[in-house]
Amino acid sequence: MKNAITVLRKNTMIFVLVLVFLFFTLMTKGQMFTALNFNALITQNAYVYILATGMLMCMLTGGNIDLSCGSFVCFVGAIGGICMVTKEMGTGISVLIMLLVGVVYGSILGFIIAYMNIPPWIATLAGYLAFRGWATALLSANSSTGSIAPFPKSYLSIFSGKIFETAIGVFNVPCMIIGVIAGVIVVAVMIMGRKNRVKKGYEVESMAAMIAKMVISVAVILLFAYKLSFSGGLPTVLLWVVAVVLVYQFITSKTTIGRYFYTIGGNREATRLSGIDTKKIMFMAYLNMAVLTVISAFTVVARFQAANATAGTNFEMDAISACVVGGVSAYGGSGTVFGMVVGATLIGVINLGMSLMGIDANWQRVIKGVVLLAAVVFEILNNKDKTKD
Amino acid sequence: MAKVLLEMKNITKTFPGVKALDNVNLKVEEGEIHALVGENGAGKSTLMNVLSGIYPYGTYEGDIIYNGEVCKFNKIKDSEQKGIVIIHQELALVPYMSIGENMFLGNEQGKKAAIDWDKTYAEADKYLKMVGLSESSRVLIKEIGTGKQQLVEIAKALAKNAKLLILDEPTSSLNETDSKALLDLMLEFKKQGMTMIIISHKLNEVAYVSDKITVVRDGSTIETMDKHTTEISEDRIIKGMVGRELTDRFPKRHDVKIGDINMEVKDWTVYHPLYPERKVVDNVSFNVRKGEVVGIYGLMGAGRTELAMSIFGQSYGANITGKLMLSGKEVHLKTPQEAIKNKLAYVTEDRKGNGLVLTNSIKINTSLANLDSISNHKVIDKDKEYQVAEEYRGKLKTKCPTVEQNVGNLSGGNQQKVLLAKWMFTDPDVLILDEPTRGIDVGAKYEIYCIINDLVAAGKSVVMISSELPEVLGMSDRIYIMNAAKIVGELDAEEATQELIMSSILKSGEGA
Repeated sequence: MKNAITVLRKNTMIFVLVLVFLFFTLMTKGQMFTALNFNALITQNAYVYILATGMLMCMLTGGNIDLSCGSFVCFVGAIGGICMVTKEMGTGISVLIMLLVGVVYGSILGFIIAYMNIPPWIATLAGYLAFRGWATALLSANSSTGSIAPFPKSYLSIFSGKIFETAIGVFNVPCMIIGVIAGVIVVAVMIMGRKNRVKKGYEVESMAAMIAKMVISVAVILLFAYKLSFSGGLPTVLLWVVAVVLVYQFITSKTTIGRYFYTIGGNREATRLSGIDTKKIMFMAYLNMAVLTVISAFTVVARFQAANATAGTNFEMDAISACVVGGVSAYGGSGTVFGMVVGATLIGVINLGMSLMGIDANWQRVIKGVVLLAAVVFEILNNKDKTKD
Repeated sequence: MAKVLLEMKNITKTFPGVKALDNVNLKVEEGEIHALVGENGAGKSTLMNVLSGIYPYGTYEGDIIYNGEVCKFNKIKDSEQKGIVIIHQELALVPYMSIGENMFLGNEQGKKAAIDWDKTYAEADKYLKMVGLSESSRVLIKEIGTGKQQLVEIAKALAKNAKLLILDEPTSSLNETDSKALLDLMLEFKKQGMTMIIISHKLNEVAYVSDKITVVRDGSTIETMDKHTTEISEDRIIKGMVGRELTDRFPKRHDVKIGDINMEVKDWTVYHPLYPERKVVDNVSFNVRKGEVVGIYGLMGAGRTELAMSIFGQSYGANITGKLMLSGKEVHLKTPQEAIKNKLAYVTEDRKGNGLVLTNSIKINTSLANLDSISNHKVIDKDKEYQVAEEYRGKLKTKCPTVEQNVGNLSGGNQQKVLLAKWMFTDPDVLILDEPTRGIDVGAKYEIYCIINDLVAAGKSVVMISSELPEVLGMSDRIYIMNAAKIVGELDAEEATQELIMSSILKSGEGA
């Protein structure tokens, strides 16, 4: 019994996610469970995963946030539109230019925050205002409708659409095979990791717990693969999301730099006196954020096949919410990529479910606000209990 | 026999899994100063929290009888109403508010919606006079030193009409002069009929000021000694605290060869980073040899920490000038990184503030300053990291269930060991230890001294900064005395005495 409670407590958000998903499946009479909505869940939320990864790195350094990322998505989109559509430049060079814009902005922002000690929320509030205005001005100067389109096919196929596309409703074999391969990799990694730990005589979780974890992860992967197979294939954007998530999972858990993000959030002065260049890490947090924002902008522009002035509205809030719901500390120093993924998915499921149920958009916002607050309160209460034990 | 003001009877307090207090009995007579002594974690603070209502009635067993009646406090306000006021170890003052505002915080004068500021400041000045503080109550807290802030805390307590004053480590952040003044103030209050309970690690102070001493060990009261009937010595108190006689508070070093000069500092001058005209370190020169423990004794504010941090990669101060030589070669260290690379380590006096990452594990803290040595191309080898943490846990006898435990949950002594482990893992030649035993109990102190001895036995050099005279005298091979930003004396261990050290500080004061 006690075991069950600790398992529940450790993985609360996952259980909540499952329950919420089942709830909406019931309420929408199974509509939530269709292949098309699995596809929608991924394509509609891809930008959140990518932005929230960058936001996670910022928040780790001490609860710092980036308010400008939503506006910057819009700005980068406008630059892309001008390059590819107005000036008819090549896709490769345009993508490079967009990335370069990100690096320049990230460097300036990082410099201001890390070396001039400007509070991040003020520095990025400036970007929030400026980039929205600048982007809108650029768009209306280059198009009568305030929206630039159509983007070239070569660009769209990198960041949107499907791999090995088939007709909707037809079973897509490559998609399922990729799912099976992913499942096998997960199982292999888990078993090897455990074997390694046993060999070295370290503490390992019980066999039953590992098998349970394995079964659940493989089931989720296969379910997605199966459902997506009937939605016309693997969404291209999923590959981008998985790549970003895996890379940052590795950085945060295995590398020295990732470690410093955590210790700076825990105690900046102690980290500095331990011979770590804390300013450089702060600089990198915001440089990294800007680059990930550009990647997020790639997917957003490709999804809408246009650059328009409302793109990226409130994206910064979505990214912050995903982190907070996913258990990233608002004070810095703790939080994981996996937690953030669960948080982003939970918000995505709630969004999609409510839309399918036809809940009024205004009330959707109210509900999302309540969920966000509940997640934070729960997190704090949960941690309090833990310290008492 | 005087009237018993407070009696705590058979107090038992359990936290999940731990019995923090086990049948504790404490009797305090009216008009006496009663000291509570015990190692860290013995249960002194828990007992006082029970008394002041922080742990409300019902969460503990036993009775509190105060002034003849059984008390059932539910919150701090309840106990304060009866005149029981506790002054916590960490000062709870708001730096950007005036002394007067702080003193009446939560106890505002006048009406709820309209604070009577004239009355506030007049009352505040009255109480400040009682504690002998000659500042105006309109001065901001941040503008007065820690010693004066401690007095403000006491004045604040008096303003609450305190009859029983509890002081938790009141001198832990004060220098000797301020400490002495505070203790004398306590004796003055006693004459006026105030009853006080003092919790302290500083046994000489306890012996000086208190009438009775109750020893707490492992959640129980062991004994109460009455100064008027029995002879009380520091050794006698220590025996009660640790349950054994510490025949020697400072472990002996055997056959440690003192070698060549390992670090030499010449004409070192540092200015304050915010007030560029103020010299915080003034033309200081000193050296330390291989296998040597050099003590730097000085009162708080003498510039010791500033000296150490400015040497350690200029991590403090502005406009630093002077020469720093490590193993005979002059080096210019601009950042902590460079200092670590040149085998210098600075173990801070403020382990919670800038020493440890409290929310991270022992393992992560141990490896933090030398993470690259257990990484391949910036990828951490977690096996190695675990082994390193385990190795130091064994070497330093850190008490913890696993090295995955968060440092924040450890006692002060064990935190200090983790901090030492972190710096020992950088494999330094010279370690600067800033107040290495501050706020830790007698048993842990002894273990830290043993670690210092092991370090010099391995050919390292140790610079130990301390404001505890017995410690400096007991541990050092050579002692530098620092006062008002300058080194004012250098003594060999054999010739040094408390009197000599204090007189060199006093003499330097006259000369200036």
